[in-house]
Amino acid sequence: MAKNVAEMLPGETAIIAGFADEQIGLKLLELGLLPGTAIRFNFTAPFGDPVCVSVSDVDLSLRIDEASTISVIN
Amino acid sequence: MENGRIRIALTGKPNAGKSSLFNHLTGLNQKIGNFPGVTVDKRMGYCQLDSNTQAEIIDLPGIYSLYPRTLDEKIVTEIFSDQKSELYPDKVVLIADATNLKNCMLLLTQLIDLRIPTVVALNMMDLAAKSGLSIDVKRLSSLLDLPVVMINARKGHGIYELKRLLAEPLSASRKSVFQIDDEIKPVIAIIRNHFTLATDYEAYHFLQQTDNLVFLTQEQRAFIKAVAKEHQFFPHKYQGAETVMRYGFIQELLNKAIVKPSHRDWKRVSHGIDRVLTHKVGGYLIFFGVLFLIFQAIFAWAQIPMDFIDSSFARLSNNLSRQLPEGPFFELISQGIVPGIGGIVIFIPQIAILFACIAILEESGYMARVVFLMDKAMRKFGLNGKSVVPLMSGWACAIPAIMATRTIDNWKERLITIFVTPFMSCSARLPVFTILVALIIPDVKLFGFFNYQGMVLMGLYLLGFLAAILSAWAMKFIIRTKERSFLMMELPTYRMPRWPNVGYTIVEKTKTFVFEAGRVILAISIILWVLASYGPVDEMNDAKRVVRSESSSLQLSEAEIENRVAAYKLEHSYAGKLGKGIEPLIRPLGFDWKIGIALVTSFAAREVFVGTIATIYSIGSTEDQPTIKQRLRSEINPETGGPRYTPAVGMSLLIFYTFAMQCMSTLAIVKRETKGWKWPLLQLAYMTGLAYLSAFIVFHVMS
Repeated sequence: MAKNVAEMLPGETAIIAGFADEQIGLKLLELGLLPGTAIRFNFTAPFGDPVCVSVSDVDLSLRIDEASTISVIN
Repeated sequence: MENGRIRIALTGKPNAGKSSLFNHLTGLNQKIGNFPGVTVDKRMGYCQLDSNTQAEIIDLPGIYSLYPRTLDEKIVTEIFSDQKSELYPDKVVLIADATNLKNCMLLLTQLIDLRIPTVVALNMMDLAAKSGLSIDVKRLSSLLDLPVVMINARKGHGIYELKRLLAEPLSASRKSVFQIDDEIKPVIAIIRNHFTLATDYEAYHFLQQTDNLVFLTQEQRAFIKAVAKEHQFFPHKYQGAETVMRYGFIQELLNKAIVKPSHRDWKRVSHGIDRVLTHKVGGYLIFFGVLFLIFQAIFAWAQIPMDFIDSSFARLSNNLSRQLPEGPFFELISQGIVPGIGGIVIFIPQIAILFACIAILEESGYMARVVFLMDKAMRKFGLNGKSVVPLMSGWACAIPAIMATRTIDNWKERLITIFVTPFMSCSARLPVFTILVALIIPDVKLFGFFNYQGMVLMGLYLLGFLAAILSAWAMKFIIRTKERSFLMMELPTYRMPRWPNVGYTIVEKTKTFVFEAGRVILAISIILWVLASYGPVDEMNDAKRVVRSESSSLQLSEAEIENRVAAYKLEHSYAGKLGKGIEPLIRPLGFDWKIGIALVTSFAAREVFVGTIATIYSIGSTEDQPTIKQRLRSEINPETGGPRYTPAVGMSLLIFYTFAMQCMSTLAIVKRETKGWKWPLLQLAYMTGLAYLSAFIVFHVMS
């Protein structure tokens, strides 16, 4: 079942499948979010946005809008 | 290379330890542009590599790749892709975070393809070791075909080896990471030949980022675009594939060079701290607690050194007046220049404490969490989480703060941040606030701990912040844009601040204040002293006679007559005339002509208010020069017979200074950053208008 990072729960891990938005996708690629990489959803900021995820040992903060463009499988 | 001097650029991703390494290499031998900021302008310094090689070191803004996202990052792309540039480095040091090699390598592979001679400095090896990670440095070096050194930028370990390596000849890696697609090879060849470029990858960047490379002329750009169109090269078409290809290389490299993958113990500590610091309620409480502590620190701790500086300069000025011969030149020294310098030096303790606090928050990684906490709320007001850092820096000085907005990629959010940042009460307002708050608020403690004056001060800061945030909210609806806004940033692992870096920040920022703002303060306080000491000759010469005849029935002592003569002279000086000229305009705010003079002179730089007030009230005084505060307290309003500085007048002045745009340097920097006079002029009109209106309301409500 395809879902996106914004739909993940704290502590959940998944594999990045692809990006729905080209412009955001290019930036995320450079930060090391490659298709096939494991991504862990850590926690959200108060009020649910932005969110903190880990990808290959880096903690990143993403807005919900940005996170929702990353499709994952798990 | 000339006369044994080489140019070395430091580069790497943000938070990899570039600033620490830079400080270790250059010591205090640094040259900073006119307007320094934490990650803003390029910093330069010099370093003796060995007995006959000196290096000029450039510290570049942190980047992940040569595709820039912000204005800051653009500088780096320009430098690396223009071999003819004056700043093009002979050698590059890439600082890599050993705990997280993977995303430091993207930029490195791009530098390899540009054939730039590079040394890889592996930083944070201690942290990597703690997390059970070990790196086969030899293997890494041979796989990259580049020298790799291990350093500890915090403690300065490995600097000697790095210097030795940099002094030796260094050649570029012979590896080729990015294989250019066959179908674009012809177009790459055309560009490479036309511009006589050293590498295909450089030509590829000319095609990819035509508009980002400022060094290209209009004709050159038109040429590139025409060639690209003819050969159906679409910028960005290959960027995704390039990044994936590079990461493929990097993964293979790391699989070979990293002996044992990390386990996540030390990250877990970071997440534990995050759970507390980004908590729904606790996170904000802690943030506001931190702010509260900063203000208490500024107001309470700085008091002792400030009192010392205050009395020292008063004594110096007094001694000089007594010991130097009479005459206008010596009067200028003892009564114009010395108090003027004192007026600058006295505020160093507060500025140093404020910058120390900001530097500690940045260094520890907490500032990134503040961005994380505030992003959603800030977006409601047309700002960005990243606006928090410029806004907080605005409490120190609007100039580096406005330059720090370059990290915000979205133009609209950046413009709004620039526009409202001067509302944040900068350190130049502190002198004004400090004196007026001390004057009208009693020095009493609540519960024996919280200082009332400190709380009023915090209130003023809060008021400035509210003005900023509400103005931003209004602007959100006025400015229209189609550009998208991003956040995407790394949350660095928590760590102890590197104290030398905190120290450098304090020195650097204090120097900016003293030399940038201080110059203006000193110049204006001297001009003012002249204006206040001289006037139309006949009026000034008449002073003694007029005062004597007016007060002949009062039987005053010689000293009292002297004081009256001084007051008369000041009133009839050029400065007095200037202040009187604007009196009708400022009377509705409760100000008299003396305050009027201070308003006029502090238009260029608001902290001049204090120097002006000091000069105005101390000139011609024969008694021991009292401190400014005492002098203000004893000033009488001739209309009411009561004190001049009533709470209503004091509050009105405080509000005026909270909102008014009185800083030439800020206007100049806004003009530079927004590329035109439109925004600085709007800012000036808006802020001054708001200041006048608010002061008017406050004065009439309170009196």
